[in-house]
Amino acid sequence: MVIDKIKKREEPEEDKKYSKPDIPVGKWIKCEKCKEILYKEIVRENYSVCPNCGNHFRLSSRRRIAQIIDEGTFEEFKLNIETVNPLGMDSYIKKMETIREKTGIDEAVKCGTGNINGEKVVICVMDGNFLMGSMGSVVGEKITYSIEKAIELKLPLIIFSVSGGARMQEGIISLMQMAKTSAAIAKLDEAGLLYISVLTDPTYGGVTASFASLGDIILAEPHAMIGFAGRRVIEQTIKQELPEEFQTSEFLLEHGFIDKVVERKDMKDTIHKLLLLNK
Amino acid sequence: MPNNLTAWDRVQIVRAQDRPTALDYIDNIFDEFIELHGDRKFSDDKATVCGLARLENTNFTVIAQQKGRNTKENIERNFGMPKPEGYRKSFRFMKQAEKFNRPIITFIDTKGAYPGLGAEERGQGEAIASSMFEMSRLKVPIIVVVIGEGSSGGALAIGVGDKILMLENAIYSILSPEGYASILWKDSGRAKEAAEVMKMTAKDLLDLKVIDKIIKEPKGGAQEDVKKMSEEIKKEIVSSYLSLKDIDEDTLVASRYEKFRNMGEYIRK
Ligand SMILES: [Zn+2]
Repeated sequence: MVIDKIKKREEPEEDKKYSKPDIPVGKWIKCEKCKEILYKEIVRENYSVCPNCGNHFRLSSRRRIAQIIDEGTFEEFKLNIETVNPLGMDSYIKKMETIREKTGIDEAVKCGTGNINGEKVVICVMDGNFLMGSMGSVVGEKITYSIEKAIELKLPLIIFSVSGGARMQEGIISLMQMAKTSAAIAKLDEAGLLYISVLTDPTYGGVTASFASLGDIILAEPHAMIGFAGRRVIEQTIKQELPEEFQTSEFLLEHGFIDKVVERKDMKDTIHKLLLLNK
Repeated sequence: MPNNLTAWDRVQIVRAQDRPTALDYIDNIFDEFIELHGDRKFSDDKATVCGLARLENTNFTVIAQQKGRNTKENIERNFGMPKPEGYRKSFRFMKQAEKFNRPIITFIDTKGAYPGLGAEERGQGEAIASSMFEMSRLKVPIIVVVIGEGSSGGALAIGVGDKILMLENAIYSILSPEGYASILWKDSGRAKEAAEVMKMTAKDLLDLKVIDKIIKEPKGGAQEDVKKMSEEIKKEIVSSYLSLKDIDEDTLVASRYEKFRNMGEYIRK
């Protein structure tokens, strides 16, 4: 298993790490898995995968779309909606403003149409940089809108998930987005259209327990953490240590909950192949 | 019951040992009830009770989350926290209800789906997702009654219905107040504060259009008079059923879709 390989490499040569005090800020990135210091450009050219250990770095929605969708074909759905902050939490609005300023993304999912090697699809890509990709009213509405658009346009649907789950700051309304999106997927199913769900690191809680688990085909990136309850909550509940590979993509594959683990460099071609085989 | 109870007061009421459980109501509400077991795949989840019932000459399929009435029962019932097989079992009975054109009644009362090793291995997330997915398109009327604690996806998994009723002191929320405080403020000790901001009471949820109707509890709470409480629930189940029974299948499913489709608090910029 690849996990073993990662473990063996976990201890980097200390002097290698510290003998370069003049590492320019912003040009270098440290791999959290193998602790190797890597040149950002090299990582980027390698699909944001560590060339040393194969660790898949988290991707922004923008970069994910660039990797999956043919250049120049992505057309974003223009919904222009924002939450009304149903619990009236001031800190929530402030937090979102800060994130928007810092990252330039306005919500935790980007949706639209685009081509994958020439095959047109509806695609939703979640973004972990925005409140951990959590699902509130806006995410729920954008996903539901996209599903309905797929039905209207008779197109396959692809959703890339990365999420901490339902968004706490919107309380029960966030919870209801699970039912809303799952019902929309049922409608897509009735329409006989293909839905490929791709799970990336991390996918948890209300997203795992709704649309992310409802794909006709479910793919996952290697070593992504995927589950319903978080590891810590489970350990506290059962008062027992969990196996190391617990809740990884490979663990889910082993237990029959995903169809295939696909490396990032192969993701686009794999989805393309599946689209053709489902035609 | 005084209306000035705080959300936290209600949390205490629904968690009290003397709070009536689903089976207490089921015994009182229905003229007949027979419990049936198992998901036919793995096991029989004891936190989920399923069965067939008769009420005023109509047969119903009943799905309920069952807490224990004492420590021994609670251990047996896994404190009312279903495992994936609970959702698969309830789905089996819902599908059967559809086959025999029987309306469905679900009773929600859970702290949440069970967070355990086996539960994750057997796909807790997938079980909850599939339950909502299938409920959204079932061709028979579904009446949901939140009787105690309705926490997280574990509650909503059997909550995708045409009429959502809620007892006056019941709570329905994204997570327990403890879990909420722990995630949002990294301090589960602030649960009381969390309960007040979460909008988890029946009145809050009626305002947010998450539920359709509040069922009043006897003075002092449901435990004071289980018979009377059951009568009230029965009355509301019957009237909900009467309002749904003549709706044709397609309209029923379409309105259920719209009901959940419309949930979300956003504005166009
Ligand atoms: Zn690495």
